[in-house]
Amino acid sequence: MTTSCHDVAGGGEVTAGQPRFALVGSPNAGKTSVFNGLTGLNAKTGNYPGVTVARFVGVCRTGGDSCLIEDLPGTYSLEAISPDEQITVDVLDGRLDGVDRPDALLLVADATTLRRSLPFVAQVLARSLPTCLVITFTDELARRQGTLDTDALGEALGVPVLAVVGHRGRGVAQLRDRLAEWASWPTPVLAPPTDPDEVDAWAESVLEFAGYRAPERHRVTQRVDAVLLHPLWGTLVFFAVMMLFFQTVFTLAAPLQGAVESAFGELSRLVSAHVGNSWLSGLLGDALIGGVGAVMVFVPQIMLLFLLLALLEGVGYMSRAAFLMDRVMARVGLEGRAFVALLSSFACAIPGIMATRTLPSARDRLATMMAAPLITCSARLPVYVLLIGLLVDPSYRVGPFGAQGLVMFGLYVLGAVSAMLAAWAFKKLGDHRGALLPFHMELPPYRLPSPRSVLVMTWSSARAFLRKCTTVIAATSVLLWLLLNLPLHPAAELRAAGVDTTDRTAVSAYQADHSYAAGLGHLAAPVFSPLGFDWRINVGVLSAQSARETFVATLGQVSAAQDPENPARALRTMTYPDGPHAGERIFTAPTIAALLVYFAYALQCMATVAVLRRETGTWRWPAIAFTYLTGLAWVMAYLARTLTAWLGG
Amino acid sequence: MNSGDRDVDTEPGRRAAGPDPDGAGRALAELPPGARGRVVTVTDDGSSRTARRLRDLGFTPGTVVEVVRRAPLRDPVVFRVKDYDLCLRRAQAACVRVVEVGP
Repeated sequence: MTTSCHDVAGGGEVTAGQPRFALVGSPNAGKTSVFNGLTGLNAKTGNYPGVTVARFVGVCRTGGDSCLIEDLPGTYSLEAISPDEQITVDVLDGRLDGVDRPDALLLVADATTLRRSLPFVAQVLARSLPTCLVITFTDELARRQGTLDTDALGEALGVPVLAVVGHRGRGVAQLRDRLAEWASWPTPVLAPPTDPDEVDAWAESVLEFAGYRAPERHRVTQRVDAVLLHPLWGTLVFFAVMMLFFQTVFTLAAPLQGAVESAFGELSRLVSAHVGNSWLSGLLGDALIGGVGAVMVFVPQIMLLFLLLALLEGVGYMSRAAFLMDRVMARVGLEGRAFVALLSSFACAIPGIMATRTLPSARDRLATMMAAPLITCSARLPVYVLLIGLLVDPSYRVGPFGAQGLVMFGLYVLGAVSAMLAAWAFKKLGDHRGALLPFHMELPPYRLPSPRSVLVMTWSSARAFLRKCTTVIAATSVLLWLLLNLPLHPAAELRAAGVDTTDRTAVSAYQADHSYAAGLGHLAAPVFSPLGFDWRINVGVLSAQSARETFVATLGQVSAAQDPENPARALRTMTYPDGPHAGERIFTAPTIAALLVYFAYALQCMATVAVLRRETGTWRWPAIAFTYLTGLAWVMAYLARTLTAWLGG
Repeated sequence: MNSGDRDVDTEPGRRAAGPDPDGAGRALAELPPGARGRVVTVTDDGSSRTARRLRDLGFTPGTVVEVVRRAPLRDPVVFRVKDYDLCLRRAQAACVRVVEVGP
């Protein structure tokens, strides 16, 4: 995950003499697209020292030279009310340890909301750092019959002003040229007023001088909002969008997944054909390629999930969803911004937990953080897909919807409802002191996001997932393979146990049943047998403790040991070899239901635990989260098993 | 009533509600969708940060604000202020005192 990456100013391109620029602006001003336009895909993400506000630094080429661009957290004011707004203020004032005051500022303002932004511009100019004002969305201003003379605006403010349409790349080259000559930027002759009583009159005079005419209302936005924010239709559309979202993720990715699966299968066959040593070929083919491949199969699905999230965000639907859901959040004592944090948790709990920094109240932050791991993150997706595939026939349909998609939707609802209840409980347990801080959220006009910005968002998320596959999951997979294949059993022992040593499947099945992993799985049996888990599932659940997706890789290895030719069928038809249930299937409906519910609740993600530790500054909260979620997982899984068994007669 | 409503009722901004008792305008939260009001003043709701932030968002004296729409269950509310749409809860919108103006 990106959170573990500390080499913020890395990349080997940093020299002491490089000028440093900071991007300042309100949320939605188009700061990120200016940042991406200047730095390309070379941004480094990390954290500010001491706090966990995400930090983005990129290198920008300016002619023969280069400079560093830092994207500061968005804010409407330099009077901070949340931790990440405080970062922006501290960096501008050079008060943050370990971060030098920037040499110059790029102040980003949206041309369509310039009347609101000018008082903020005045606050920033009062910091007397060399500043260039970057005006975004000038294309939209013109389309909506607004006007602005950027040269006159520059004259009125006394600083360079440049129009940049970041997502189309217009003005980026000129901005680069400006960066090279930052030392000679003009500064305001007279500092603008920051007194609240004077600043409005000043702003109006500046706008008049710059020939500013505010844009007309965006007709499309008005018409679309009349439906999407309508008390009845808006709510129906909200649920339809969520439903469609999960159906798309489920159905559209299937052919791509097939392609990835066969590619890894081919790779694995190549290894076994060309590596003579059976141990080495097993380690490479089954553990490394098989284990990583089993999880990589979900790359198309996870990319699709992030792509849809990026689209919904880019179009502007996310803030509408938060608007519709704010009242629901108020019922559990939280606010719309907590909903946005929980929405991010659908991708991954880590950005979700980090997004709680926009919450000014410490109690709200804790309640949201304790709830975030319950939201169905993308790491649960591979596990759910595998288990639902075993539980529900793909051809089974309920009305127009596939039954698999419906079960998946149900699990997402379960996660969301549980998260809300958890947030409510933690909010109740906390004290009620402390002032309520204002909740406010901009509803930007609907915009067509540029393909580039959507792809950048999708790719950066996918990259984090791929990194996890090649590190944590690869290591766990290799370790598991070793546990499953050790100790070695000599042929004499196999014959003594009545195993036909010429039958490869029987040998590997015996090997797995008598491995260290089996011992470990049996050790966990007292805990998990009430849930119907056998030792193989126990090993899967234990291995998933580092990262949930590992469960898929583990079951892949376990089933491959049973039937290397067709692991999927092996899993479906796997039976207990001995014991009281001998001959019965392991993956019965109640067991799968218990497993699904267990994964819905349990905190099986070391990265989340680490982020909780860093966000709260103590081990207390991660320990509480781990204990309550694991306990809850067991109880709910037991209930799910009992209920499914009862329903199934 | 749920806990959310109780929180709203304890907001100090709410206590001063009513049709302009002291010439300081009505609470913005009382205006129906479609109505417009000119900001008279922004009061505190117990935290000076709220008033300060509302001013930073554009609710400065003299500014005309339009109530655009309410969410299902009447809260929060979308306002149009200084050429953009902003969503606030009624509790905070109650801190903005306005006099109603014609369309």
